[in-house]
Amino acid sequence: MSLQLDFPAVLERWPSFLAGAVLTLELAAFATVLGALLGTLAAVGRGTHNSLIAGACKIYVETIRNTPLLVQIFLVYFGLASLGLKFSAFTVAVTALTINVGAYTAEIMRAGFEAIPRGQIEAAEGLALSRLQIYWHIILLPAVEKVYPALTSQFVLLMLASSVCSQISAEELTAVANYIQSDTYRAFETYIIVAVLYVILSLVMRAGFWGLGLVLFPRRRRLGTPL
Amino acid sequence: MQQNSSSEPIVSLRNVRKSFGPLVVLDGVSFAVERGEVLALIGRSGSGKSTALRCIDRFEKVDDGEIVVCGHRVDRPDVDLRALRQDVGIVFQSYNLFPHLTIEQNITLAPCAVKGMATAEAKDLARKVLVQVGLEEKLHAYPEQLSGGQQQRAAIARSLAMQPKVMLFDEVTSALDPELTAEVLKVIEQLAADGMTMVMVTHEMGFAKGIADRIVFMHRGKVHETGPASILTSPTTPELTQFVGTGNLKS
Repeated sequence: MSLQLDFPAVLERWPSFLAGAVLTLELAAFATVLGALLGTLAAVGRGTHNSLIAGACKIYVETIRNTPLLVQIFLVYFGLASLGLKFSAFTVAVTALTINVGAYTAEIMRAGFEAIPRGQIEAAEGLALSRLQIYWHIILLPAVEKVYPALTSQFVLLMLASSVCSQISAEELTAVANYIQSDTYRAFETYIIVAVLYVILSLVMRAGFWGLGLVLFPRRRRLGTPL
Repeated sequence: MQQNSSSEPIVSLRNVRKSFGPLVVLDGVSFAVERGEVLALIGRSGSGKSTALRCIDRFEKVDDGEIVVCGHRVDRPDVDLRALRQDVGIVFQSYNLFPHLTIEQNITLAPCAVKGMATAEAKDLARKVLVQVGLEEKLHAYPEQLSGGQQQRAAIARSLAMQPKVMLFDEVTSALDPELTAEVLKVIEQLAADGMTMVMVTHEMGFAKGIADRIVFMHRGKVHETGPASILTSPTTPELTQFVGTGNLKS
């Protein structure tokens, strides 16, 4: 039994790998931004006194967290198609990933909101701030700060999970790898390279979140305890 | 309903009742605070004094009775809460400064967001109120960089920046050691001297005696004895006698 690895045969396809990696990062970026928005709204919705809104948000979160991502992607893909709507694989992938990560973000943000001491909100109410102003100025940033490590891990996980979008032929990194290995018959080498590329993408995202943390939480920067 | 003629009290409670479940906390409480007056609410823990104070700013809803604050009918469900809270400043035992904002941002937030004040004007105001509490050098510090006494003074400054007509103090020195308590009390004393109308829940009997125009002693949800500060040295009811006699007046 001998292992023979031929990386050059695979590496000469580097422009395809690069394009796939870039598309994966784009998918992750769109889904992170949109999912953060959706998830935060769902977390706020779950905390409202309106039981209709709170119930709807709960159903959304629980449904998504209890079904596989691949099934969700197929539901969006075939669902839109059967409605006669035609979207690119990229749009479908971003939509499905957003819906998915939004549910996880909602639960994380809810934990953040609940960690804000009641006294903070009373102090803000005592200063005549409106409900919306309190959420925006007093609750949101400290809540994000409390759950920032959990939140950013979730978004990195989302980027890794986006590999299942290869199933609807979105041309992201894993899909590219599938083509290359079937072309070159060098499957092991191909997926080793892909694994390394995913590690690099993860590190890029983590570096990005670290930088974002410096901007979002100037107090931590000033006190020498950046997230 | 904005009747603020000089004869009207700034705050008035009439026969206010409030229960938490089966527990009756306020059992027909009445008192009034005139413009420029300093009223101290004293009594044992659980006597209802903090609840009475919180009802004034409608952090608690009353079950029955009438509360009028700066012309606002606080007991009514349709009271304009934001208008009420622009007229009333409240300072809490736990300071409740916003940890992610600098002291300056803590102070300018409400004037800008609520009153639409321009940033530059709000910053001037922040400087002014910080001078008033002796903290002008802490403008750009974050709350956690301040001592408890400094945080409480900053909280008072934040409240002052909204230019309230009456200030409520809810045991504002209870979390502080005697030295820090003294620096906070000095600030409140100065406010009183400047003519601010104030209602304070306090356990500092010596301070209440020195600063309050009137004392309301609460016992079991009722106003048990009320009068000028001198009632602390010559109480008429056995309960107040016992309360002030338990070493509370040593300062």
